[in-house]
Amino acid sequence: MQKSLHIDPNKCTGCLQCEMACSWENHRSFTIAKSRIKVFTFHHEGRFVPYTCTQCDEAWCMTACPVDAIRLDPVTGAKIVLEPTCVGCKVCTIACPFGTINYVASSGKVQKCDLCGGEPACAKACPTGAITYVDADWTGLGKMRQWAGKTDTNPATV
Amino acid sequence: MAWTKNVLRVNLEAGTCTTEPLNMQWAQDYLGQRGLATKYLVSEIDPKVDPFSPKNKLIFVTGPLTATMAATGGRYSVVTKGPLTGAIACSNSGGYFGAELKFAGWDMVIFEGASPKPVYLLINDGKAELVDAAHLWGKTVWETEETIKTQHQDPQIRVAAIGRAGENRVLYAAIVNDLHRAAGRSGVGAVMGSKNLKAVAVRGTRTDAYQMANPEAFFAATEAGKKVLAANGVTGQGLPTYGTQVLMNVINELGALPTRNHRDVQFEGAHDISGEAMHEKRPTDGKANLVTNGACFGCTIACGRISRMDPGHFSVKDKPQYHGASGGVEYEAAWALGAANGVNDLEALTYANFLCNEDGFDPITFGATVGAAMELYEMGVLTEQEVGFKLPFGSTEAMVKLAELTAKGEGFGKIMGLGSKRLCTKYGHPELSMTVKSQEFPAYDGRALQGMGLAYATNNRGACHLRGYMVSPEVLGIPVKMEPQATEGKPAMLKAFQDLTAVVDSAGICLFTTFAWGLSDIQSQIQAACEGDWSEERLLLVGERIWNLEREFNLAAGFTAKDDNLPPRLMKEPAKTGPQKGAVSKLDIMLPEYYQLRGWTKEGVPTAETRSRLGV
Repeated sequence: MQKSLHIDPNKCTGCLQCEMACSWENHRSFTIAKSRIKVFTFHHEGRFVPYTCTQCDEAWCMTACPVDAIRLDPVTGAKIVLEPTCVGCKVCTIACPFGTINYVASSGKVQKCDLCGGEPACAKACPTGAITYVDADWTGLGKMRQWAGKTDTNPATV
Repeated sequence: MAWTKNVLRVNLEAGTCTTEPLNMQWAQDYLGQRGLATKYLVSEIDPKVDPFSPKNKLIFVTGPLTATMAATGGRYSVVTKGPLTGAIACSNSGGYFGAELKFAGWDMVIFEGASPKPVYLLINDGKAELVDAAHLWGKTVWETEETIKTQHQDPQIRVAAIGRAGENRVLYAAIVNDLHRAAGRSGVGAVMGSKNLKAVAVRGTRTDAYQMANPEAFFAATEAGKKVLAANGVTGQGLPTYGTQVLMNVINELGALPTRNHRDVQFEGAHDISGEAMHEKRPTDGKANLVTNGACFGCTIACGRISRMDPGHFSVKDKPQYHGASGGVEYEAAWALGAANGVNDLEALTYANFLCNEDGFDPITFGATVGAAMELYEMGVLTEQEVGFKLPFGSTEAMVKLAELTAKGEGFGKIMGLGSKRLCTKYGHPELSMTVKSQEFPAYDGRALQGMGLAYATNNRGACHLRGYMVSPEVLGIPVKMEPQATEGKPAMLKAFQDLTAVVDSAGICLFTTFAWGLSDIQSQIQAACEGDWSEERLLLVGERIWNLEREFNLAAGFTAKDDNLPPRLMKEPAKTGPQKGAVSKLDIMLPEYYQLRGWTKEGVPTAETRSRLGV
């Protein structure tokens, strides 16, 4: 079963455990500035929204890369940056419509979410269930269930 | 080695920023954050210094667990000699600023001297510089943060700033970071203002800022800690759902909710301003006051309240800048802005709370000062002519007006900015100031909860709830249930709480974890993060050392056992209603035992033996 990261902003409290977990996984440091997932605070709306790569099937970043440094992981479906091949041209960062692939000045390469090889650290660290790793074919299951629960199953009365 | 081992020393007079290595011996003795900065302050300033003198210093400090995955590991403190009390002042804040400072590579920033003109400190990892703040002076905290981010084209900068209250030296001015988290008490913001320092702006991106002593063990310890918080009724359910406001109805029913300047111990309007009420739909616009709960950095509890006001409320009707969501009332603020002066209008409380965040002043001391002013007014001592409007208990309009005047430093707001001790003294009734060491009580009556009374009287920073939270045993039954009116065992329990709290603060985590975490849960995280052997015994010794060091500073500043006292109202006027009816404080029974347990003389001075045992 292919899985995918599923984000429910309504559950996010802005604690940034996900950002620290991501940075730890990839940089062995809690430095949130290096995280591939970012939580955005919309203060005056009272909303926190985690955001990262959704692993497009037809990935603009992968298509745009001139040196084939972005490859598909056939198991997880993640688009993975091959660091030794990446030349840091940043064309992928322009191609991506969502801004979720970014250049890292200190390494001279780009970085993006790679689903941690199938065990995303952000989802594991999230204390509220705002970030989960679920069946890719059924990311809507929770919402469907929620609405299903509201369906009136009592027979209509005249 | 969870310290960055770097101290940034900023000489505001000379305009210089220099780096020095952290004194690691002191880190071993005082851990970090509150304890470590206190050690630096005590070693560097004259305890008798005028808090507003350039010779006073102001220290921003993180702890070894700040900026880590330890749940709630985002705390920083500001340590200085406080202008409200004249005692050691240490105010702790959450939000994201503290972690950013540490990611930039700094355990602490020491400000000394005073700048000849308004400046702010800009830190970009290892680079620090003072920047002209002429364009920010006179601006609110909110305007300052927005301007700095825009000016440097960096929305990821974190800002801690003072508002107009700090500039005007309101004696309880706060330093506000991330728009609504505050180093709130004891007037640390006024000291910042006296130094012409408008803000500290930080961007921290270093991956090598600090190292964990044992990364794998640290991970395991933090994961275990998070599970304990999630499974606990208070940290897993009560606080996320209602915030600290979960207490309003509980404390009121127990007859421990100080009301109308402590004349009463129960408030008939308590439900209207409670955590439950924040969830209820308003009749006016059909929406609830509470929008969501929010967390500080790394916090898996998320007690923070994010509120949106009714745009039709009289206080904000033509002020769209307050129609968006922002930091809502916590329990202490709701009590101070509400019950302490008899106001039961949740929307008005939220507005006043917004103003406290926007211009940086402590809602506890402000609200309690409103209560004192209302009592003076009802006695006829303070007149409508002097204030500019009527000031009876329960007047929503008056409370709101006073908040606006205090924020701006206009009219009677200037007097309000002095706090209740100076206000009541000015009008000939110092006994009506509900304070210890000139700092106002928070939201628990010291008669109704005997242990809290003792906690207030002995607190090194004046009355406050965050240095020995006896509400835990006396109300919540954590770690054991103690009857509110009992005195037996309270001095020993308080001492243990005070020492443990000093450890929690100094680690860089939040006190609220201790509703669920015992010392062992904290010890395992500190042990894995820090080099050396950090046993539970050693940690408690560190906590005791910190408490005594703060005490020694206050004694040298001129405080004596006479200042470990409560206002006559709590000692002589019995609680009028509720389960604690008839109660007065039994401080005189508990205090001698407390001194003895502390290893202090009858005069409240640490004995030679205590000093040598603790190395203070």
